[in-house]
Amino acid sequence: MKKLSARRRHPLAALVVLLFALAATGGLYAALSPAPKAQADESSQSTQITEGQKLFSVGCASCHGTHGQGSSDGPSLVGVGSAAVDFQVGTGRMPAQQAGPQIQKKPKQYSQDEIDQLAAYIASLGPGPIAPASNQYDPAGGDAAKGGELFRTNCSQCHNFVGKGGALTDGKYAPTLKGVEPKHIYEAMQTGPQNMPSFPDTTMPQQQKQDIIAYLHEVDTAQSKNPGGFTLGSFGPVPEGLFAYIFGLGTLIAIAAWVAARTTKAKKS
Amino acid sequence: MSDTGSHNVSEPHEHLPATGAAHGASAEVRHDPFGNPGHPEHEFRRQDIDEKAAKHSERVVAGLFTLSMLGTLGFIASFVIFPVDKYIYVFPFGHVSALNFSLGLTLSLALVGIGAGAVHWARTLMSDEELTDERHAADADDELRATMEAQWKQGVKESGFGRRKLVRNTMLGALTLVPLSAVVILRDLGPLPEDKLRHTAWAKGKALINPNTNKPLRPEDIPVGSLTFAQPEGLNEESDDFQQQIAKAALMVVRLKPEDIKDKKELSWSHEGIVAFSKICTHVGCPVSLYEQQTHHVLCPCHQSTFDLSDGARVIFGPAGHRLPQLHISVNGEGNLVAMSDFEVPVGPAFWERG
Repeated sequence: MKKLSARRRHPLAALVVLLFALAATGGLYAALSPAPKAQADESSQSTQITEGQKLFSVGCASCHGTHGQGSSDGPSLVGVGSAAVDFQVGTGRMPAQQAGPQIQKKPKQYSQDEIDQLAAYIASLGPGPIAPASNQYDPAGGDAAKGGELFRTNCSQCHNFVGKGGALTDGKYAPTLKGVEPKHIYEAMQTGPQNMPSFPDTTMPQQQKQDIIAYLHEVDTAQSKNPGGFTLGSFGPVPEGLFAYIFGLGTLIAIAAWVAARTTKAKKS
Repeated sequence: MSDTGSHNVSEPHEHLPATGAAHGASAEVRHDPFGNPGHPEHEFRRQDIDEKAAKHSERVVAGLFTLSMLGTLGFIASFVIFPVDKYIYVFPFGHVSALNFSLGLTLSLALVGIGAGAVHWARTLMSDEELTDERHAADADDELRATMEAQWKQGVKESGFGRRKLVRNTMLGALTLVPLSAVVILRDLGPLPEDKLRHTAWAKGKALINPNTNKPLRPEDIPVGSLTFAQPEGLNEESDDFQQQIAKAALMVVRLKPEDIKDKKELSWSHEGIVAFSKICTHVGCPVSLYEQQTHHVLCPCHQSTFDLSDGARVIFGPAGHRLPQLHISVNGEGNLVAMSDFEVPVGPAFWERG
């Protein structure tokens, strides 16, 4: 104690005390704040909807209205369907962190059980696209070659030819599809989140969506084959040209300088 | 590597040829600071004075040329050994084609070996003495000029070029007409575009076919916020002119809420809010289909031309000079979407006679 007391006028003492105080406050808050209740009962559809409604009133109603009718801060959710909820909440886009040109992907805030409850509630507001079953989006069930053709026709204009994403207007962008769960890719095609147009089953049947997912799986894993070697991010001719200019020309200039450099001399002095 | 290199050899200094007395003398004051200082005194390389070092350089150059030979042999061997569909894992590149990778590696060895060998040869073994070679005067001397002038004048006089005007004029006429045959033969290289730039495969009554399913599009297939492409009925991917036809006829179909459509003509050419626009940018003809369903903007990826589909595809940004042409659509008796006519204006980039 004597040692501690002797150092109380040390220039860093105040900082240490502050850190201790912050740690204590944070620790106490974590220990004493109400923990999220574990949801064990998945008895019936109506329980799901009731539980979903409770979650909705707490987490979503401030923007989307108390009954999902929408407000000046968020669109109406009547008729968006369970697929839209599963996509938006499952990828962490909802609840939105901040306004901006585009709501960004972030770590998800709800467990899958809670997302299912929210989805059941929103689906009860009006008919809409239903979240797909796993056999609908399993990459193994699709034809990658056919999917590639469909992807280039329908998707590559925004998402790039291997799904690396690209820029849109006014700060909006088409996100990369690397590492996106097949289920979420399927739901995005079904529902058209934010500025993405939808590709409904009437114009792009279920099997074709699965083909597209199979194609993306084929080009987007550590095992993906690259006949040419370096992809440079698969962004196309612009970074390739930049690479050639900087590294290709740079190497040539260095070699040219070396060729013309003064050779080693045998000095007499 | 540089100055100390000579100390390793057994007293190479004594092999150096005698140099001028100026070497090592104290700095002289030059009278003309802008005068040509001439060449610095020639310095010898180790290879010039030490046969051992020269032999070593020779071996290095020969080694590089041998490396190149091995590279070429390796190139031929890789071509024979690896099948096209063999993939291997190479650390920073991932799973690459064994054939492409080994061909590139061995060919670069073969080329770099020749280049590096030649450069090393020139730098260490070939003579490196600086020489001055003065340029020749560019113009001829006066005597030659006078002779040439006299000869020219005599030629003019003897040929009668100035006197016999009929000969001169008919010769000029013949020379003028000769290139016309080239114009005729070049003109014959291909057919004129005629009015192909003004017409597409769309015509009254042709159904809008969904290229995904190859089935006619129906209004109920297309909800608000979706994006669908369409091609004219009867266009066959197998046919010879498919690429030419689809390049002009490519169509994007979206549904807006009728109350969101600001342009009156666009509304009258739509069907229940379904509008069909050419997919070819009016700037330089890139496929423009980066459709934002909330703003109804379409962005061209090439030069960022932006069109507002809710206002007759007006250009709201970028270098495009015209709106995207709209296709007048309706439904036929079977409930399929059909074109009511061809595009009213030429699709794609502007051209000289477009008007």
